[in-house]
Amino acid sequence: MSEDKHILSILVDNQPGVLSRIAGLFSGRGYNIESLCVAETIDPAVSRITMVTMGHAQIIEQIKKQLFKLINVIKVHDLTTEKSIQRELILIKVYAKSEHRAEILRIVDIFRAKIVDVGPDHYTIEVTGTEDKLDAIITLLKPMGIKNIARSGRIALLRDSKQ
Amino acid sequence: MELTGAQILMRAFKEEGVDTIFGYPGGAVLDFYDELSRTDFKHILVRHEQGAVHAADGYARASGKVGVCLVTSGPGATNTVTGIASANMDSIPLVIVTGQVPSPLIGNDAFQEVDIVGITRPCTKHNYLVKNVKDLARIVKEAFYIARSGRPGPVLIDIPKDVTKSKAVYSVPDTIVLKSYNPTYEPNLKQLQKVVKLIRKSRKPIIFAGGGVILSKASDSLIEFSRRTKIPVTASLMGLGAFPGTDPLWLGMPGMHGTFRANMSIGEADLMIAAGVRFDDRVTGKVEEFAKHAEIVHIDIDPTSIHKNIPVSVPVVGDCRKTFAHLNRLLDKVDLGDLDQIREPWLEKIRKWKETTPLKYTQGELIKPQFVVEKLYELTKGEAIITTEVGQNQMWAAQYYHFDKPNHFITSGGLGCMGFGLPAAIGAQVACPSKTVIDIAGDGSIQMNSQEFATAVQFNLPVKIAILNNGFLGMVRQWQELFYKKNYSWTNMSFAPDFVKLAEAYGALGLRAVRSDEVEPVIREALATPRPVIMDFRVEQEENVYPMVPAGAAITNMILV
Ligand SMILES: Cc1ncc(C[n+]2csc(CCOP(=O)(O)OP(=O)(O)O)c2C)c(N)n1
Ligand SMILES: [Mg+2]
Repeated sequence: MSEDKHILSILVDNQPGVLSRIAGLFSGRGYNIESLCVAETIDPAVSRITMVTMGHAQIIEQIKKQLFKLINVIKVHDLTTEKSIQRELILIKVYAKSEHRAEILRIVDIFRAKIVDVGPDHYTIEVTGTEDKLDAIITLLKPMGIKNIARSGRIALLRDSKQ
Repeated sequence: MELTGAQILMRAFKEEGVDTIFGYPGGAVLDFYDELSRTDFKHILVRHEQGAVHAADGYARASGKVGVCLVTSGPGATNTVTGIASANMDSIPLVIVTGQVPSPLIGNDAFQEVDIVGITRPCTKHNYLVKNVKDLARIVKEAFYIARSGRPGPVLIDIPKDVTKSKAVYSVPDTIVLKSYNPTYEPNLKQLQKVVKLIRKSRKPIIFAGGGVILSKASDSLIEFSRRTKIPVTASLMGLGAFPGTDPLWLGMPGMHGTFRANMSIGEADLMIAAGVRFDDRVTGKVEEFAKHAEIVHIDIDPTSIHKNIPVSVPVVGDCRKTFAHLNRLLDKVDLGDLDQIREPWLEKIRKWKETTPLKYTQGELIKPQFVVEKLYELTKGEAIITTEVGQNQMWAAQYYHFDKPNHFITSGGLGCMGFGLPAAIGAQVACPSKTVIDIAGDGSIQMNSQEFATAVQFNLPVKIAILNNGFLGMVRQWQELFYKKNYSWTNMSFAPDFVKLAEAYGALGLRAVRSDEVEPVIREALATPRPVIMDFRVEQEENVYPMVPAGAAITNMILV
């Protein structure tokens, strides 16, 4: 049986302790969390948690059911099986030696990224995109020396107008 | 008119139909206790908060109502955790109110502060910290609704002391609607059509009933269904009593200490209709071998139970009672053929299994623990409410007391929690004052909550404790004997109090039987005594529970006597 990555979009009551219920469910039952993003939706009483998790089909099924069983969970969508838009944002602090600057600017341009901060020896670059795109820019910038990276984790929405 | 938080709680309890509270006071709940003294709730003052929760659990199971506990913050709250975990695993509806330090002190490691909401998050169905007195009435109503609906379970409400003192107008919605919680009671009828089809095709069907059948009060419709389809029934530890233990279609309990015929039937069945069960590993043994020739239908109100441990062919999410009622209606319209003839080979096979390999033991001069349980069954005409401790005593109670009715067997099934039986008996006795309530106990387990004997005596709750005193932590010793070369490491408990004198110290009656001919007179005297009694049965020390399936083996692979 193969382990697959799944992106779950979980609508929850926007209340203290809800995240800990979800995190506790995952640690207590030995499920994986690869990334996790939490923020309010348009309805301030509701938050959306976007989570990337891994597991066999049967485990993913359990994860979805166990999540839905939590009293504060309103809806669980598996975006892997439904049409969705997915994005992630990263900030990359890359060394900007003078001989590399032109190259960095070109990469930034190609990936439609932005330089959002400039230091004496580095640039901070902001990029959004799919996982593939972000992995690609990281690979290209690596030779210049990456100082630090912050990734937002994935966020996603259904394409369908239902949600 | 504005009420204090304490008054609001009392009024909310009243509106939920609460009559009894199992509790223990302390600093953080002084306001509740002050208010309580002006109400007419029956309050059972336990001797340890774990006892309060087990008692509420016993009360809930015997009465079918929600059990209620009230305890203080800090140690009072942490003492409830084992009881809550047990109720959670067995899906028992409880509402536990814990006091908390005043809101401004939360997070400061105040005196007797613990994060009980954090601690109990994984072992409650849901829990709350009340931050504003205005929310209290609604939260209590929600808590009762969540505890008793869907798959029931314990709900904890943590209330800071300042909230008990502050005032608000009592206001609750008429009905609770939670956008995030809406259990499915009605089964999908298309799935049930499939079930009927499978029944028509099947030649070796069995029904496997669990605690969910009892919780949903589905016993009658299950019995009707079984008799009309002539399908034999096995039931998990939690399901004992859901189907009459004296019925010809009864198979006995399955699993690690199940009957030969139950386990063999599961091994050979071509159809298993499982209802309100969760396929615990103590039942399934090696999962790959479990019911491996059978199409499995799984009826459960909790979707997470389905496909969790065992893959099933027909999942049915719904309430057991509604589902069996629908199935019975569907049966009106189908011709199942000449069932007497169709079932005969299968039922004949099962009868053979029962004849050749029944539950058995041999009684000599020393008292066999099984004999004590059989005598208890005989002398109570099978009508007592039985609670148990955990270990061999629990298994012998399950094997030899033939439960005919639901809500009569009360045991810590999922957690297997020693110390459960006495407080649970107290709770059951509160719920059913005119019933005989017996805790079938082990000498080890009874010492875990024996302090509750004081509670029984104080409140004139005439519970009977039958200690199967083998001088050992018997079940663990049995595993050491069979799987650890008889290395009895720390399972000998030959030091114990004199249980007869212990009873007397509490002002109750203590009786002892050492020879087998003393068993019956002791039980008779205990049953005739309208007060709490401890019976100390000195039983054969190294008797084992058989049959036994070694952990992880296929359940058809049984060690017989
Ligand atoms: C609270 C708790 N601690 C430990 C255990 C492990 N355990 C299971 S059965 C058992 C022995 C129980 O001894 P006793 O009450 O004398 O019952 P017997 O098996 O002898 O009938 C033990 C220690 C448990 N189930 N619960
Ligand atoms: Mg013992």
